[in-house]
Amino acid sequence: MKSDKNYNKIKLSKLIIHLVLILFTLFCVVPIILVVIISVMREKEIFTTGYTFFPKELTLAAYKQIFLNPKQLLTSYSITFLTTLVGTIVGLILTTSMGYVISRKDYRYRKFFSFYIFFTMLFNGGLVPTYIMIVSWFKMKDTFFALLFPYLCMPFYVILMRSFLQTIPSALIESAKIDGARELRIFIQIILPLSKPAIATVGLFIAFNYWNDWFQSMTYTTKINLFSLQYLLVSIMKNIEFLNSSAGRLMTGSTVDLPQYSARMAMCVMAAGPMLFIFPFFQKYFIKGLTIGSIKG
Amino acid sequence: MLNRIAKSTNLTKRTQDSIKKNKRIIKRRRAAGTLELTMLALPSILFVFVFNYVPLYGLILPFKNYNIGLGLLKSPWAGLENFEFLLTSDVLWTITRNTVFMNALFFTFNTIFSVTLALLLFELTKKFVKFYQTVFFFPYFMSWVIVSYIVAGFLESERGVLNKFLEIFGIAEIQWYNDPKYWPFILVTVYVWKMAGYGAVIYYAGLIGIDREYYESSLIDGASKLQQVRYISIPLITPLIIVVNLMAIGRIFYGDFGLFYNVPKDIPFLYPATDVIDTYVYRALRQLGDIGMSSAAGLYQSVCGFILIFFTNLVVKKINPDNALF
Repeated sequence: MKSDKNYNKIKLSKLIIHLVLILFTLFCVVPIILVVIISVMREKEIFTTGYTFFPKELTLAAYKQIFLNPKQLLTSYSITFLTTLVGTIVGLILTTSMGYVISRKDYRYRKFFSFYIFFTMLFNGGLVPTYIMIVSWFKMKDTFFALLFPYLCMPFYVILMRSFLQTIPSALIESAKIDGARELRIFIQIILPLSKPAIATVGLFIAFNYWNDWFQSMTYTTKINLFSLQYLLVSIMKNIEFLNSSAGRLMTGSTVDLPQYSARMAMCVMAAGPMLFIFPFFQKYFIKGLTIGSIKG
Repeated sequence: MLNRIAKSTNLTKRTQDSIKKNKRIIKRRRAAGTLELTMLALPSILFVFVFNYVPLYGLILPFKNYNIGLGLLKSPWAGLENFEFLLTSDVLWTITRNTVFMNALFFTFNTIFSVTLALLLFELTKKFVKFYQTVFFFPYFMSWVIVSYIVAGFLESERGVLNKFLEIFGIAEIQWYNDPKYWPFILVTVYVWKMAGYGAVIYYAGLIGIDREYYESSLIDGASKLQQVRYISIPLITPLIIVVNLMAIGRIFYGDFGLFYNVPKDIPFLYPATDVIDTYVYRALRQLGDIGMSSAAGLYQSVCGFILIFFTNLVVKKINPDNALF
């Protein structure tokens, strides 16, 4: 009798837990769904009734409009894709090698270089000196490199990598050394295959940084053919703000052909979609890598 | 140690020699290992030096009248001129207040939400946890740009869904983008939406790491679920909560530029609530082109941040040395 009551109580509490979590799930997902719905709404309906979760009619007109004149979108896609690809590969090489070296307990300058990396997370020169360095010393304004360099070796990911690699037993390295293997070989043939979760995690982080970047484009480029996908969205939003302001109306006569409301959201879907699609494939490694990195750090 | 053994057991000179030789080889090998490891890290070391250490020269920028033609060293000294505007207007107070206050709200609410979510997930089986974790992570991977469009979908005055929703309850249309007073609330909601899933994964991992024996023995003592949460789960993940938040406190003078710039659409009406040090530095640099003032604000930020992290670390070191950052 008593255990039966207990059983019911556990069932009820499980139900409540699921209810709360489903509520939070909706909180996470509903805003994303709204964007998708707006992107397939008829422009006319948006005009008369505004955005809604339950449109009367669905249409792919916004997507068609974008693909009718896809030149700018394709340019921005290729900029984003190229920075993501090159940035992730080079970034992983820099991050993993640095993280590995300072994870080695027998490395002589381990303490020094750990602090060398860690310090940059706490204290830095800020935006202005970096800007001057990239623009007037390196002359990298309006070049692909200005979009690429700033995220290549982020201290936070080096530390994350180190925390993960510290969990690899040092006996493995010792025995490889007794067999006469050099450090580079140990790193490539023993360490790298063992650290797939960490590489997937950090790689995904770096890739997202590049994919989601608009700041470097905004700061270092003026040419529209170097605008990343995200910055293209920023500038569309800005143009709409500007045109909606009275100064904008006066200056342009408000007859400028801009993507309409549904087309804006369609562009969001196309900008965020690929990464959301990729994430579940990496999720297994990702959560494992994140877990180990954060707990041991 | 080896020497002493060799001497005490009266080994022959030859054995002693060979021990010495072995030691030398080990030493040489270790030196070679150090060199090889350093070489392996060298590209990153140089890269970090150029992009993170060289910009530290900027610490003298605010004291100069920087002239691009003359360069850093030949530009004339400006004394404290560049700080004058910051100190005499109330800009400094506004941006500092917004940065610190909003960050404090962010990590308070985010910690509450993510710890609660983690505690709830902890009661479920792996299969469900995986599903919820995946979904909670979706917002984390949206850029702030996309988020700003989502927020616009809710808040835009003529079209947004939120006003229409409020209309059902008889609340008149609200001009969200014209009035700063709503923005602390909006920004906190947006922040929790994007970040709570990430925190939940980390705290959930912390809970998984707790020794099951604590729970088993508490069951024998007749503890209820809530008592377990209060007396086992929460105390045992507190160190993790401290570590996570220590980093956040150390960066309390750094506003999330993407959030504060994009989500309020950089609308000047909203600056009283949404302008943080980072957005101010950016505007001063890119819109006003005032390198002096911009770098002065930047220096102010770096110094405040550094002092803060130093003292936080000192306090943590006193309470629990294991959790100290350095």
